[in-house]
Amino acid sequence: MAGIVGYGAHLPRHRIKVEEIAKVWGADAPSYKKGLMLREKSVPPPDMDTITLSVEATKNALKRSGGIDPADIGAVYIGSESHPYAVKPSGTTVAEAIGATPDIHCADFEFACKAGSEAMFVALSHVDAKAMPYALAIAADTSQGAPSDALEFSAAAGAAAFIMGSKNLIAEALYTHSYMTDMPDFWRREHRFYPMHGGRFTGEEAYFAHTKGASKAIMEKAGMKPADFKYAVFHQPNGKFPQKVAFDLGFTQQQIDPGWLSPTLGNTYSGASPIGLTATLDVAQPGDLILMCSYGSGAGSDSFVWKVTERINEVRDLAVRTRKLLEENLIYVDYGTYAKYRRKIKMND
Amino acid sequence: MREVCIVGVGMSQWGEVWRMSLRDLHTQAALRAIAAAGVDHLDSLYVGCMTGGLFVGQEHLASLLTDYMGMAGLPAVRVESACASGGMAVRQAFIDVGSGTSDIVMASGVEKMTDCSGGDATYALATAADQEYEVFNGATFPGLYAMMATAHMAKYGTTREMLSAVAVKNHHNGSMNPDAQYPFKVSAEQVAKSVMVADPLHILDCSPITDGAAAVIVTTVDIAKKLGKPYVKIIGSGAGTDTIQLAQRDDMTTIKAATIAADRAFKMAGKTIADVNLVEVHDCFTIAEIVVAESIGRYKPGKAGPAILAGETALDGKFPMNTSGGLKSKGHPVGATGVAQVIEIYKQLTGQAENGRQVAGSPKVGMTQNMGGSGGSSVVHIMEVA
Repeated sequence: MAGIVGYGAHLPRHRIKVEEIAKVWGADAPSYKKGLMLREKSVPPPDMDTITLSVEATKNALKRSGGIDPADIGAVYIGSESHPYAVKPSGTTVAEAIGATPDIHCADFEFACKAGSEAMFVALSHVDAKAMPYALAIAADTSQGAPSDALEFSAAAGAAAFIMGSKNLIAEALYTHSYMTDMPDFWRREHRFYPMHGGRFTGEEAYFAHTKGASKAIMEKAGMKPADFKYAVFHQPNGKFPQKVAFDLGFTQQQIDPGWLSPTLGNTYSGASPIGLTATLDVAQPGDLILMCSYGSGAGSDSFVWKVTERINEVRDLAVRTRKLLEENLIYVDYGTYAKYRRKIKMND
Repeated sequence: MREVCIVGVGMSQWGEVWRMSLRDLHTQAALRAIAAAGVDHLDSLYVGCMTGGLFVGQEHLASLLTDYMGMAGLPAVRVESACASGGMAVRQAFIDVGSGTSDIVMASGVEKMTDCSGGDATYALATAADQEYEVFNGATFPGLYAMMATAHMAKYGTTREMLSAVAVKNHHNGSMNPDAQYPFKVSAEQVAKSVMVADPLHILDCSPITDGAAAVIVTTVDIAKKLGKPYVKIIGSGAGTDTIQLAQRDDMTTIKAATIAADRAFKMAGKTIADVNLVEVHDCFTIAEIVVAESIGRYKPGKAGPAILAGETALDGKFPMNTSGGLKSKGHPVGATGVAQVIEIYKQLTGQAENGRQVAGSPKVGMTQNMGGSGGSSVVHIMEVA
């Protein structure tokens, strides 16, 4: 089956701590830190959006792709909840920026937080069908969370890009599975800036039911069990959920550790499990099996079984590692700066 | 008036019951009560529900629910008195049977509270307060009960430890109740350190929002004997009201509606509080249990807190209160709560309380006290073993 020939991530340098947000709203920081296992989150500065994040992540993916010609990329798909335009694709700008135009198919994907893995799913399918030599899938978000809402403590920014191909693979997609039901757990109506959510309903019936459903189904399809995997990456709306679903399914902390970024990254929405996959590939060894499972409200999960190849050792350090983006060279901002960056302050016209 | 009794009871699943709607919950509880009583028909239904309209957009419940029980045609009516709706439904059934109008009546209660947001639920519950004078000015129920707690503390020296003791006791009891929403124990330290909601009330001082239904079959003693199922007599029923607005009361450290309801129920029963072996009271907040224990006459003003702290109201104490876990641990689907209180007393008086929750010494007389809003209404029932 097809797989990944190049991968890369990009994260903003800016961070805000849970305590800083809690202080402004009179919220209980320890309960967020303990209950949701969130410590800080990334903040996109004013000149960063889903498109610029996507370009940076794709440039890193190209660095690891073995020198492919961007003109050979037959499709660019970006999954996001924060496409800068309601009408005008993000993908056109990204494709132009990397030199992949004009003979290329483009679509922006939307499925709450699993838009990114949808892009991966479709890109893989094109390559598998031999419709094109390469397809680019990007998962990127500058997530929205309403001021003082629980989501504000987690909504973060980041991107991951994957160039799918059929030769010179870094990781082969051995199996894929999609699992979906109609579920009103989280939504954003047209012309509304912030999403709404069903509070605790978004846990058991939504996130956990679908991530478990997709994970169990793909393991059954593959004839595999948790112990067969070296690593696992789950959608991470906070620190707690991916850990709980991992433990419930029988995975260990060691298996999720490399891709468990949310305690200090926050929830990068469409980017969450794809960015987690980039961090996992950064430390994986040839032959390792990785389970990846996204989650998007509405609701559904895409699961993938990746098998890492020998080529990982050649490419992992051709671009910046995701943990380095997460942990180094950080700028901490106060709530006022964050509010300015996230355009939460009403300005005069 | 004919002798009236409870002969069969049923609870739906309680908690955050995402996969059941209001009608599902009610039907589950109703069919369980019918099966437990072994009755082959009903003559009427009284269903308590505070605000199906605001929680799930559904009114006209009596007809809807009889339809889903497979009993369209049954005379039925919804009873509403805020959080006392369930207890008031039991009272209507009691009067219906006692008067000789009906022989076999279901009293039930239901509320489906988690289909809306926390904000919407707070708004819906706040409709039990005075919209013009309280809610308009920003009061919520935690805020109103916090004011009562502050006043009680100032006047009688009631302490944080006494409030916490209510939650600790009720969670201990609820940990043995298979129907409880939160069947776990909490420590006094956990209560005191939990998130502040409205000073001095922390989140573990507050009852939760809950999906749930409860139903009982009310009939005559003669019919109950023929059915051959365990039954308990309702020997007293009393209701009372007070100003809905807290600020209009002479004294916000007592709940006059509960006093009136208890006095009337005792008068009908020919009993006094000294005859009561155990009671289910409306502990929507920890302070409410303290205030009610005084308002029904069991403790003098200011004395309930120390008594609870000393263990007098524990399962093995002199006066067990909220053996079910109360609203605090068992949950509080507002329309169903009053009926579920009656179910707990039924279980205790018939020796059917589960998992070591049974009060020792074969209690003979039990009491329920259900309350609407911050005490704008209350209903009390006195029950006795057959």
